[in-house]
Amino acid sequence: MSPVVLAAAEAAPFHDVLAAPAGSPASLAWLIPVVPALSAGFLLLFGRRLGAVAAWIAVAAMAVSAGLATWVFAFLQSQPDEGRVFVHTVATWLEAGDLRVDWEVLVDPLSTAMMLLVTWVGLLIHVYSVGYMHGDERYERFFAYLNLFAASMLVLVLGSSFLTLFVGWELVGLCSYLLIGFWFERRDYATAAKKAFVVNRIGDVGFLIAMFVIFGAFGSLTFADVLSEPAGMIGAGTAAAICLLLFVGAAGKSAQIPLYVWLPDAMAGPTPVSALIHAATMVTAGVYLLARTSPLWATVPEIGLIVAYVGAITALVAAIIACAQNDIKKILAYSTVSQLGYMFIGVGVGDQVAGVFHLLTHGFFKALLFLAAGSVMHALANRTNVWEMGGLLRVMPVTAITSAVGVLAISGVPFLSGFFSKEEILVSALDTPGAFPIWLIGGLAAGLTAFYMTRWFVLVFLGAPRWAQIEPALHPHESPVTMTLPLVVLAAASAFGGLLNPNPDGPLHHWLEPSVLRFAGDEAFIDHTLAAGIIIAAGLLGIAFAAFAYTRRWTQPAPAIGLSGAAQRAFWVDTFYEWSVMRPGLFIARAFEAFDRRGIDGLVNSLGRGTTGLGSVTRRLQTGFVRSYALAVLVGAVLVTAMLLGTGLVR
Amino acid sequence: MVVPAGYYLLLAAGLFTIGLVGLMVRRSIIVMFMCVELMLNSVNLTLVAFSRIHGQLDGQVLSFFVMAVAAAEVTVGLALIVNLFRLKASTDADAIDRLRS
Repeated sequence: MSPVVLAAAEAAPFHDVLAAPAGSPASLAWLIPVVPALSAGFLLLFGRRLGAVAAWIAVAAMAVSAGLATWVFAFLQSQPDEGRVFVHTVATWLEAGDLRVDWEVLVDPLSTAMMLLVTWVGLLIHVYSVGYMHGDERYERFFAYLNLFAASMLVLVLGSSFLTLFVGWELVGLCSYLLIGFWFERRDYATAAKKAFVVNRIGDVGFLIAMFVIFGAFGSLTFADVLSEPAGMIGAGTAAAICLLLFVGAAGKSAQIPLYVWLPDAMAGPTPVSALIHAATMVTAGVYLLARTSPLWATVPEIGLIVAYVGAITALVAAIIACAQNDIKKILAYSTVSQLGYMFIGVGVGDQVAGVFHLLTHGFFKALLFLAAGSVMHALANRTNVWEMGGLLRVMPVTAITSAVGVLAISGVPFLSGFFSKEEILVSALDTPGAFPIWLIGGLAAGLTAFYMTRWFVLVFLGAPRWAQIEPALHPHESPVTMTLPLVVLAAASAFGGLLNPNPDGPLHHWLEPSVLRFAGDEAFIDHTLAAGIIIAAGLLGIAFAAFAYTRRWTQPAPAIGLSGAAQRAFWVDTFYEWSVMRPGLFIARAFEAFDRRGIDGLVNSLGRGTTGLGSVTRRLQTGFVRSYALAVLVGAVLVTAMLLGTGLVR
Repeated sequence: MVVPAGYYLLLAAGLFTIGLVGLMVRRSIIVMFMCVELMLNSVNLTLVAFSRIHGQLDGQVLSFFVMAVAAAEVTVGLALIVNLFRLKASTDADAIDRLRS
């Protein structure tokens, strides 16, 4: 029972790879990551002396990058449909035996779509940070890291082989570590950064092994060699192994079960960083990787189904946890995990366009929601507990109204961006044989999403101003224009982002066709209109229920008992990992440490002690008395004379 | 009257023994130093005596070398003794035991 695989001949990715014409935008695309990277290097070296100017240098670098990306996009659009995949070799990176890796940029519709998201949303977040980070003691370093983060993600997106993609992959891991632990003076923040790094490493190992297998099977790591006709070159077993290993990597980076635990803690970083990680850079990388490798997945759709199930379960579990969280950013963090689950459903069942579409729309509204959360925290002296907020609609109307747009978009209210993308993912799941339970789970999670996001909005912006009772001296006010402007732009994108692909055959689908290979089924299991109606109803029900419950009934925090208590503690997953992985690991590490200290060091030290001991015995021969030396000489001379006489050498 | 060469050897052996015993038992570095000189010169006497016995000049030439070396040794040795005395305010050889610890 495998989904219908479309004939490979029909617009298969990487069949027609063109060399970028010299001087064309596609041949200059390598500048897109290089400009922010140079800016990051400059700011790290000289930023201290620049003060506030540093921020605007970073913003300018991102603006140049965004402009270039748009230019490349316009160029691709001017090309004929079938000639939109360009590869440009910038330089040879390394050469060893048969292996030669060029620094190549891949400019195709998928990478361009990602580039536009990363640069434009990144630019908005940079602008927002100018206001948000104002007064931080490491202001310029923050912007250097932000630049580096965006540059890394652009390297990842523009990589034309698994290896160059991996370089960006590791760089975003590094940048996330630097930025999550940006306020490393606080021990728990530093721990969160370490956690993100270590969990990502687990995924990276999967990706690395996948690359070994790919190189063993194909003898090359470039997308053009691996993805143009994978079915003819490897067996199903190898393809399944590669796909599963790639999924391990993607699950680490994109926070899927069981490797999602780092993302909720990643909000330790400054809020713009959360927005960047959750929307534009970092977590989208896994989805991008799976969409990019779609020809491989098309050969083993059953593995894709596994991915889709993992995504569905992640979507549901994270949504349940999000319903019980009380931290303004943690709710959003679990929401991201949940929405990433949807994206994995999309790429898993074989509708990469829907997955990438949701990636883009989610990028808009999640960046919006995080930046709004940052704006709220800014106004309330960095309070994060939603039960200490409330009534902020009147105080900060721009933040509140833009947030409302984001909430409605993520809840799947018709005609906002999230509605279209979620709908298309679920329709594809519905049409793929064996994926009907995924549709059910996805629908349930959609209802829960609407519930927890409405709860978030009601507790933060509506009701009584609870902060006034806790700290009467607090006078919240609307954020400066550098912060509200990005909110407004992102709100517009969240509202109208759906126009990218208002139906499954929309412009985005057409645009991405040369890059991805769809393998989702298309036999309608239930009538699509009915299915869409059910999902919309679930969303509206969630909104209505939360709006009613949190304005009328549950105006106090729920006691941490039963299901709500379990969800509040995130189902003890962290505790489980602590006891099953961290403590045994710590035990082994301590055992090895003891062996090193007592065993190996002990051996070396006892050798040293033995030499010292021997020395302290033999040094007694050296009395320091001149006369005893003279006696020794005499005795020696007598002995030598006696020997000479004894042997008869001297008569 | 001609003294037989063997007596010179006996005298030299006696002088050497006096020098050696003096080096062993005395504690003043100056006296020890003089004993060393005594031993050197007793060897010189032996060399000259053997030179006479064998009718060759080699031994006498060698004794000049010994004298030259002894002169150099006196220069260095006396300088050392003067400095040691400044350091320790004593000429006791057993007091000069810095190598012990």
